[in-house]
This record gives sequence, structure tokens and C-alpha cells, in this order.
Amino acid sequence: MVTVRLWGSLGDLAGKTEVEIPATTLRELLQGLEETYPALKPQLERGVSVSIDGKIYNDSWSTPIREDSEVVLLNRLVGG
Amino acid sequence: MPKDEYQSRDFRIVGTRPVRPDGIDKVTGKARYGADMTAPGMLWGAILRSPHAHARIKSIDTSAAEAMKGVKAVITRADFTYQPESASLADVLDNCMAGEKARYDGHAVAAVAATSKSIARAALKAIKVDYGVLPHVTDVDEAMKPDAPVIEAGRVQENVPEGYSENVTGRSQYGHGDPEAGFEKADLVIERHFTTAATHQGYIEPNACLAQLGADGQGEIWVCTQGHYMVRNTCAGVLGLDAGMLRVTASEIGGGFGGKTHVWMEPTALVLSRKAGKPVKLVLSRDEVFRATGPTASSSIDVKIGMKKDGSITGATATYRLQAGAYPGSIAFLSAMCGFAPYDLKHVRTEGYEVMTNRPKAAAYRAPGAPMAAYPVESVIDELCQKLDLDPLETRLKNAAREGTKASYGPTYPAIGLEATLKAAQSHPHWIAPLGENQGRGVACGFWFNFGGDTCVSLMVNPDGTVSLSEGNPDIGGSRASMSMMAAEELGVDLDQVRTVIADTASLGQNEVTDGSRVTFAVGLATIKAARHAIQIMKERAAMTWGIDPEAVDWRDGAAHPAGPNAGKFPPMTIKEIAAIASNTGGPIAGHHEVTAEGAGVSFATHMVDTETDPETGQVKVLRYTVFQDAGKAVHPDYVEGQFQGGAAQGIGWAINEEYIYGEDGRLQNPGFLDYRIPVASDLPMIEPVILEIPNPGHPYGVRGVGETSIVPPLAAIANAVSRSSNVRLTSLPMSPPKVLAAMKGT
Repeated sequence: MVTVRLWGSLGDLAGKTEVEIPATTLRELLQGLEETYPALKPQLERGVSVSIDGKIYNDSWSTPIREDSEVVLLNRLVGG
Repeated sequence: MPKDEYQSRDFRIVGTRPVRPDGIDKVTGKARYGADMTAPGMLWGAILRSPHAHARIKSIDTSAAEAMKGVKAVITRADFTYQPESASLADVLDNCMAGEKARYDGHAVAAVAATSKSIARAALKAIKVDYGVLPHVTDVDEAMKPDAPVIEAGRVQENVPEGYSENVTGRSQYGHGDPEAGFEKADLVIERHFTTAATHQGYIEPNACLAQLGADGQGEIWVCTQGHYMVRNTCAGVLGLDAGMLRVTASEIGGGFGGKTHVWMEPTALVLSRKAGKPVKLVLSRDEVFRATGPTASSSIDVKIGMKKDGSITGATATYRLQAGAYPGSIAFLSAMCGFAPYDLKHVRTEGYEVMTNRPKAAAYRAPGAPMAAYPVESVIDELCQKLDLDPLETRLKNAAREGTKASYGPTYPAIGLEATLKAAQSHPHWIAPLGENQGRGVACGFWFNFGGDTCVSLMVNPDGTVSLSEGNPDIGGSRASMSMMAAEELGVDLDQVRTVIADTASLGQNEVTDGSRVTFAVGLATIKAARHAIQIMKERAAMTWGIDPEAVDWRDGAAHPAGPNAGKFPPMTIKEIAAIASNTGGPIAGHHEVTAEGAGVSFATHMVDTETDPETGQVKVLRYTVFQDAGKAVHPDYVEGQFQGGAAQGIGWAINEEYIYGEDGRLQNPGFLDYRIPVASDLPMIEPVILEIPNPGHPYGVRGVGETSIVPPLAAIANAVSRSSNVRLTSLPMSPPKVLAAMKGT
């Protein structure tokens, strides 16, 4: 199980700011979040970034996640 | 350690300052920008724009315009026959050509293609539009009220609490701990309300394109943009075309700064071309650029910070309300993430609200959301320092985020460079230089994320041993120079043996827009790996020639060498020698790399500025300015310094002069550089850049993005300097002379 920290307004929808998801990759994590917490689906469809051990990922589904990894969901980053 | 992670090394070319490969063409006028391309039979396009801030379009009569000699096509929304399913693409379509209503002053309602510019302009005047004027709202706080005119119903996200107008489309909240408990522990708590004005990116080159679209769905666009793949994909999505049938070529670009990461009128040029059966050139005027291409958001902000007498911040909150213009926005969440990112805080909470108004769709502008996030935070920290008699740099150092700090937006930081920028500021002569009468010194910190994204690079070894490199990102900050330098470094050849070009969309795979300060990081990463791919092939060719195993071949100094005495005694084979026999050893040699780059690494800066406030007029003059920023590794320091200076200059404009001014009628009052005044050279001192190099562990050479962070601190740094020079704390940007004078006189 991976502990995922949600940002505040997303945590409001999930009912808590930290959730446990069985996942070994970024794709499994996103799928698990959507299945376990359907209220998060609109935001997940709009897009998120994910910080894994301090490194921010946007797209790479195969990114490995360890059980003790620090995983933080973020609004999807954009730039100028 | 894997070779694609950072490894300390001595560089031969990276870190030097060679002559810019695009410099001579640009200063001699030979460089080809968006408006410079022509085509046989080309028509001139022109766009009719709404004079109303908010109006229902009852009818459009184009018959008189169509009857004019020289007019080849007139289009309205009815000619955009495809309706995208995606809400974001539907917004782009509606922004390019209004549907049922005009949402802002300047919104496109019809367009013409004609044989000359003058005929096109005259035809616009012959189009009759019957408007039903609607109530409008351009102020962000007014737009949030439940009884505000609604720009579009039904766009509210699930995260918005009840009680607001439907103009409030999104809310995000970040933070940790219990700020209220933190405030209880403070010796002083300051709470302030701030506003910032909408500002335009102010790029010198107006948006321009030349487009051709046939009835068979095949088309081409030559366009000034930060992302020609984005232009291709968006135009295809908006018009229901196959992306592969559109070929888009990026011109040279006269500035973008985020404003050219969007599509504003390219679909219009394509539809005009399709209807007229001819290529159509569309070049916006400066008036149109201001009225109809995205400025950044204006904002309304509340910030509260508690501090102990020793300078420790005990609690912090911020609420950011950003106006997104006429379509749902997505910038306020970045403010909520960035505002307190430089600091190590136990108790912090931020909120961001995205708010629609009757203004042009807000666009990214260099670290979008971050400058207006840092401005109030850094202002209140400075005011706390003033009232508690604390040193502003020492106080920031005391609270600075470091490796292991839990960021205000959630993650734990890896190695970061904020502390280094603060210490560099402390030890710089600027910090102790004497100040005169009416002069003050301000400092502020800033943060930006940076990111990577889809990236493709091809590196061809030509028959004569020279190297052609193709990348897919428009060069807005020296990327051709930087890519050539990294390729030459990796290959071990002279820099003049490598030339980098920006390939069109048919020549490389998908490339993310040139944004997020991503190109030197991500394209550089792909360049290094493409070079390593080519080196591997060349080692195999040398091994084949020598009759040894490829693993027994080393690559150094631009040549293949036997790896050791056991590999055999062979003279080195240079890249030129290997290239010359490529046809005999397996065919042409090319390396390539395709990647979704991740791990860009965050960026921090500290700025220091001296200002003088004229007590008679309230005018603020910038006397001295120093930028301290972490660049990871500066590939071409001239360009890095240019990014530092450019961001600071834009921030100075934002702080002192620049502002979208709307009248009671909801119309923009100052759509031109005469009345919207960006800083010019005579307004600015030499901005001194101080490059710090804390390597990014996620890049082979340690590179970080540098293009955006430099616009984050100036707003507050100047406000803090003005406060110390004039003894007033301004909380509204721009700090124009009337505002400063009124504050100084207490009126």
C-alpha cells in the first residue's frame, strides 16, 4: 500500500487528506485512486501532477512507486 | 550511478559564451518572423471584433462585405462547422470566433480575406452586427458575488463551495498544520489585502501566421508561436481535422513569455483559407494583441502572517482570487502552491479561486500565478521585519526551505538552492552599498516549479562528419545555441561542427510547448541521449572496421579508440572518418531520442533592488538591481543572464507601470504601448545577474530551467524598496506615481 497525500480541496472530496492505495506504478496509483474514490474522478480527468519522493511527474505511467515513497498529488502544472 | 543522472565533470564547451548562432540574422533584419512569410496568391485576413464587453449576437449581415471587389471570403462562427466535444477545445473555438455572444471587448465576431490589407479592413466596416448588450463584470471581486453577471453558466467544478457566483469555476487549497494555532504563538500578526493588475506579456512581435487549408483537409501553417505542435493539435481539434494532415512550421519569435502558448487566431486563418481557396496571412495589430490575446490575471489577495520577535514565522495563510477572463481559468491554483513555497512552515494554508470575467481569456505569463503569489507574502514578511526591527535577509534565511523541508504545497524538497541565493545576496557589495535621500533597498524571494514533457530530438551525422540537430521547440531563449553546445560537448567535436534547427511538425514526434522553463532541461536531456545514441552507432562502425567487439571501443575527443591494449592497436577513427565510410558500414548515421522528461527540479531566486521615490510626483525610479538565482548548470551563461535580466525587467514593469485599465463600459482604455507603458532601456539600470550553480540531480549536466523564476520576486522587492524609501506600504499594483503620491500624502 502507498500512502497518498491529497491537496486540501481534493481531500475534502475524498473525505480525508491521506489515502492508502495498492500501487507499484504511477498508473496503478491513478487507477486505484479513481476506483476507490470516485469523487476524485473529475479532477483526475482534468489532470494531476504527482510528486514521488520529491520529484514531480506528469505523465509517465510506468514510474515505479515504493511502499515507503512519499507520494503527493498536485494540480497539474502548467508554465509560461 | 546511471549515466543519465547528474555526474560532476569538467566541461569543454558547456559553460562558455560562444557567439549566438541566431544573433547576426536578428540584428541585420534577415531573421524571418511570423509576418515575414508570403505565398503565391496570398490573401490578407482581418478580424472584426466586438466593441462591447458582453453582448448577445442577434445577427450578422455579411452581404455588403462579400459583394466588395477584392473580398474573397467572409466568415462567422457559422463557417466553423465542427463543434469539438472537449470543453477546453470548445473554449478555444469560441474565443477564436464568438458564437452566441461576445464575452469581452475585442472578442472576434467575423473575419475577412481579401486581396489587400486595405480592402480587408474596409470590408470589416461593411459587416453589420446586431448586438444585444448585456450587463458585464471586469473586476474579480465583483465577479465572485452571487448577483454578478454570469459569463457562462454550468462551468463550476465540484470543488467550489456554495455561495459564489457561477463565475467562480474552481477552487484549490493547499497547506498543512494549524495556522490559527500558529498565529497564537506569534509576537506580531499582520494581515493585509492586496491587488495586482492584469498585465500583458508585452512581446514585441504581434501574433502572425500564414495558413493554407484545402478542401481535402490538408493544410500548412507558418506561425509565430511557442509551440507549433500545440498549434497543430489545437487547430486540428477545433476544426475536426486530422493532425497528421496539418504541417506547422514555427517562425522566429519576437517574444512570447507564455502568451504564445495558446491559439488565438490560427483556426480563423485556416477557415478563411479553406473558404477562399487561397493562402491567408493574418497579422494582429497591437490593439488586437492587447484586446484579444491573453494578459495574465489580475488578482485580489488576502495574506496573514504571524512572526516571533526572533523572526520565526509561526503561521501563514493566503487567499488568492484570480480573474481568468471570459473562459474558465487555471492559474490561481499555482498561486496557492507557490506563495509560501520558499519557506519552511509548520502551519500554512492557501486557497486559490479561478474567476471568470468579461475580459480576454487570461494566458500564462512567465511563471503563471507565481508573481502575484509572492508579492503579498514577501511584502508582509518585509513589513514584519520592519516592525520587529529584523534584518530581511537574515529573517528569510531563518525561515528558508532547505533539503528535507516539507513544502507548503506538500512534497519534501530534495536539494534546493534558496539558501545559496540568500547567502549570495548577503555577501554581495550591493547589500552594504550606501543609500541616499528618498532611496530604499528591498529584497524578496521567489519560487517556480519548472517541468519537462514530451520531447524529441534527432541528430544526424552528415557524410562530411558535421552534425545536424533537429529539435521541435521554437527557440525563445537560446535553445539552438544550448543544444549545439550540449551535442558538441557529448560528441567531443568543435561547436562549429554542429548546427541546430527547429523542425516542423512533420519531421519529429510530439513536442510539448516551449514553456515551464523546460527546453534547456528537457530538450537538452534528449540531445545528450541522441548524441549518445549516435556515438554507440559510431563505435559499432569503428568496431566493424577494426574487426573487434563494439564493447572494446571507447569514445573520446570526437573519435573512436580501442578501449585498451587487449582491444588491439588501431589509430583512432574520428567522426569525420567514420562518417565518410558510413555507406560501406551500414548506412547513414543518426541518433535520436524521444522522451517524456520528468524531474525538472524546482528553482529559487532572491532579488535586491534600490529605488528612489520622488516626493513631489510619486515617481519610483529603479537605481540598482541584482538577481541571485540557481541555474543548475548554466549552459550558455549569456542566455541565462538574459533570462534573469528579462524577467526582472518585466517584473519591474508589472510593479511600477503596467496595468489593463477598463472603463465603466467594460472596454479596455489603453490597448497600445503609448498608454500601456512597458519599461524601456532608459527606465532601467544595468540588471546584474548572479548565477549560482546547484546541479539538478535529474539531468546529466545538472541543468535546471531558468526562464521564469526571475519574474517572481520583483513585484515585492520593489514594493519593499518603495516602502523603505517613502515610509509607506503600498498594497496595490502598479505603484504608479498617483498611487504612490496619494499614499505618501495619506490620502
